[in-house]
Amino acid sequence: MARVKFLCDADRCIECNACVTACKNANEVPWGINRRRVVTINDGKPGERSVSMACMHCTDAPCAAVCPVDCFFTTADGVVLHSKDLCIGCGYCFYACPFGAPQYPKLGNFGSRGKMDKCTYCSGGPEGADGSAAEFAKYGANRMAEGKLPLCAEMCSTKSLLAGDGEIIAQIYRERVLKRGYGSGSWGWQTAYQETVNV
Amino acid sequence: MFNHTILRRPTLRRLALVLLLGLATHTAMAQAPVRPSAPEQGMNTDTLEVKEKELLGQMRRIEGTISIPDSRAAVLIQPDGRTWRDYRRGPLLWITAACVLGTLALLALFYVIKGRMLIAGGRGVATLLRFGSFERFMHWLTAGSWCVLALSGLNMVAGRAVLLPLLGNDAFSEISHWLKLSHNFVGFPFAAGVILMLLVWVRANIPNKVDIEWFRQGGGFIGNRHPPAEKFNGGQKVVFWIVVLGGGSLAITGFALLFPFYVTNIFGMQIAQVVHGGIAVLMIAAMFGHIYIGSVGMEGAIDAMNTGNVDLKWAKDHHSLWVAEELAKTGKPNPQQPAE
Repeated sequence: MARVKFLCDADRCIECNACVTACKNANEVPWGINRRRVVTINDGKPGERSVSMACMHCTDAPCAAVCPVDCFFTTADGVVLHSKDLCIGCGYCFYACPFGAPQYPKLGNFGSRGKMDKCTYCSGGPEGADGSAAEFAKYGANRMAEGKLPLCAEMCSTKSLLAGDGEIIAQIYRERVLKRGYGSGSWGWQTAYQETVNV
Repeated sequence: MFNHTILRRPTLRRLALVLLLGLATHTAMAQAPVRPSAPEQGMNTDTLEVKEKELLGQMRRIEGTISIPDSRAAVLIQPDGRTWRDYRRGPLLWITAACVLGTLALLALFYVIKGRMLIAGGRGVATLLRFGSFERFMHWLTAGSWCVLALSGLNMVAGRAVLLPLLGNDAFSEISHWLKLSHNFVGFPFAAGVILMLLVWVRANIPNKVDIEWFRQGGGFIGNRHPPAEKFNGGQKVVFWIVVLGGGSLAITGFALLFPFYVTNIFGMQIAQVVHGGIAVLMIAAMFGHIYIGSVGMEGAIDAMNTGNVDLKWAKDHHSLWVAEELAKTGKPNPQQPAE
């Protein structure tokens, strides 16, 4: 099976935040939770770049390693999912995550952050019951079960955000960099997968 | 000699040329990153663009600006999480195992060798009030909440390795949820207890010459000698300062973790967790020793925190200077007799 990843080609990102909106809409996440966000580096300066970031579904994910109740699962596609039934909302994954992916519905209200929420790569939850209303309410959309990629990447207007088989999206990015002659890098890859896309 | 100058001249010239060339290339290289290739025709994105690799090399974390209201989300990448994960997965587990199991083993060994330290000649009839009700209240407030905190804290560190395989995911998660909640709330009475003990007992716990002598004589652990001691002996003063300083830093780091982003950012929280976990397991080891010597390790010791009235013979053995002071204060040659 393919190892799915995200790759944001920052040289194409126009900071339209459509991926953020699409994610919120597709998964109907609660107020205050952003599974995906767009960060602009060197805003307003020459060489400014914007990067769309969510859970990178890391190899040997730090969140899974530090979780005191072992509530994380990696699917056959390499997607990192967590069980909201098991999560105790302790915040450890949030200390460990290099990408600020874990979100809590009640962050800051001491002792009760609520169950952690994060990008599921539009794969629903780890409990099975693909596409059920219960799964949607708890985890959001399960587009992968329908053979579709995450909505954020699918509807990216400049095709900056790529989702799919890591090998294929890396190849697409490599070709783009070779053709246009520059590339700011595969943001987050070194940290998430201990490898970069070499061009 | 003439030959020499002829030979030297081209060498010098060559050297000067190399130096000049070197300087020229050096300045060219130094200028390269600053130079937009053609400023009049717009920026060259190729040479100016920000690159992830360079940013990661320069900074601890990559941060930018963000248009959603959550400004904390502006941190893009912070690879420190991996270091923290390695600490939590490796050293913290081993330190915890060494502190908990190691201390228990040492105490068991000590018990086997030394046995229970008895009051020489058995308990007497006369008793002396050692700790009043308020002193006992603040001790047990701290001790009780400490037990809850230590158990729930140990569960956070080692429960996944020890309890999870025994209980299964669902039961372990349910228990951990309640333990985590208790940890978050019981931290407040613990901190209150530590503050009270600091206020009430600090004067009696300033180290002095008596303590040096107490330690020099082995604190009464070696042989059957009982070195003179005040209300708190050298060992108890050490325990006091471990509780006040250790408990204080546990409270500070704990509250910082309890209110995310009010005190510090994620890097600060990682540091706080490292300090919190490290000090906590060391304190667990120290408190095992304290609990041992206050209960099974020594006859009569528990009375001080149970009824507050200790056996006079015990008191004279372990706190001779304090007994003399108390008796002088009350002006009674004989301490209080039991009610019956």
